[in-house]
Amino acid sequence: MSERVYTVIPAPRREAIRSMIKRGERVDGRKPEEFREISIEVGVAGNAEGSARVSLGHTKVIAGVKASLGQPFPDSPNAGVQVVHAELIPLASPIFEPGPPDENDIELARVIDRGLRSAPALKLEELVLVPGKQVWRIFVDIYPIDHDGNIIDASGLAAMAALLNAKIPKYTVTAESALLKSEEKTRLPITDIPVFVTLAKIGDAIVIDPSYEEELVMDARITFALTKDGHVCAIQKGGRGGFTLEELTRALEMAQDAAPKIRTKLESVQGSL
Amino acid sequence: MTEKVKVKLLTDDGKRLDGRALNELRPFRIEAGVLKNADGSAYIEWGRNKIIVAVYGPREVHPRHEALPDRMLLRCRYSMLPFSVVEERKSPSPTRREIEISKVIREALEPAIFLEEYPRTSVDVFIEVIEADGSTRVASITAAAVALADAGIPMRDLVAGVSIGKIEGKLAIDLNGLEDQHGEGDMPIAMMPRLREVTLLQADGRFAPEEIIQALDMAREAVLKLYEEQRRALKEKYSKVSLEYE
Repeated sequence: MSERVYTVIPAPRREAIRSMIKRGERVDGRKPEEFREISIEVGVAGNAEGSARVSLGHTKVIAGVKASLGQPFPDSPNAGVQVVHAELIPLASPIFEPGPPDENDIELARVIDRGLRSAPALKLEELVLVPGKQVWRIFVDIYPIDHDGNIIDASGLAAMAALLNAKIPKYTVTAESALLKSEEKTRLPITDIPVFVTLAKIGDAIVIDPSYEEELVMDARITFALTKDGHVCAIQKGGRGGFTLEELTRALEMAQDAAPKIRTKLESVQGSL
Repeated sequence: MTEKVKVKLLTDDGKRLDGRALNELRPFRIEAGVLKNADGSAYIEWGRNKIIVAVYGPREVHPRHEALPDRMLLRCRYSMLPFSVVEERKSPSPTRREIEISKVIREALEPAIFLEEYPRTSVDVFIEVIEADGSTRVASITAAAVALADAGIPMRDLVAGVSIGKIEGKLAIDLNGLEDQHGEGDMPIAMMPRLREVTLLQADGRFAPEEIIQALDMAREAVLKLYEEQRRALKEKYSKVSLEYE
């Protein structure tokens, strides 16, 4: 997409998008319940323990996993640490500005963190070497590099793919609680593969996986993170509008229908390791 | 979930530790117009939560380049006082949690306001939590809507919120701090009570799809009770004002 990226959508374009959606059509030719093409590439950053680059239509996100040994949180001595960080860098879009993380960066990171944590994607209890003293700290860093809408779902895919791709050194713990590093590496203890599905409300319509243009005209959005067994493990509503209960029910159903298909993309990453 | 100390949150007779039933709200009370300087203000006590909200505006936008040509700029700052928490003193600088909550509170209030009636102006909502005991974001929204109405900002409806959580596998309304910390999930919900539109919805923890529908139903009933108290608080302020003029 090398066309000009606008931050305020011209009124005629806005009307075109909204009136098409009323008829159940979208400007890019998709159906309301149709996700854009997803592609996932893993191992794109060799120095990271795990990494992935995800394309969702023209939206592209890179995520990397770094792992290091450190202290657990005092209130969870028997669990490893999961930290998710995201940055909407100016490289990805003229609408992103340089500077310290603002509410959008923070919201993105926290939504992905909650989805991964509640599923749970990682069995943090298995990342403990010496209880209360030495645990794995798993850092997931998310960087959108091209923004054409629905950064949340693309980031969720990238984060999950990077975790699936990650390998950490094996350690043995001696009787004196000393750590011996072996040459062998091991996969992270993955227990679920949560999938994030975002839907936009545009007028009375609900569309899945909004494009950038659709995000500019939408009234509100809602994200559901869904586990393998169909449970919801995170929700986040965003935007200036509201949802009726009927719209929320419809959005949840659309998310549930879409999630298994999206998850197969991540499962094929897992299978190819 | 991590292996934290297991705390039993339900007694043998199915009651919660503070004696409430699963679908019972903590007592709440709202007061409108509690500050002199602010254009609108409100104070809420809800369980042990104590929150004060001030609204300034509509007024000129500073910095000016943030002004919007077609609508009012609504800004919200949710902040917890350093001594408002059970744990160690909270640093006074905004945490990532506070920044996110400020954003979702703003987005919960925006649907209720006729933003387009006041282009090139700002309305600032300042929320200070004096004492926190769980569900502070929905308590803040409930009070902020009253403060906005008190400031005379034209609104489609008020906004009221409640949290639905999961404790020992059961849905429970209006989590307190302990239940939030040790429960299995938390779903804050805010709605415009008359228009029946959901303006804030978040969740962590695991919920079956049916539980989400059920939680939304529970919230819909609860916000009507809060709405009554919001209206009572606003009416009370104006009946006081009219008494003064008589």
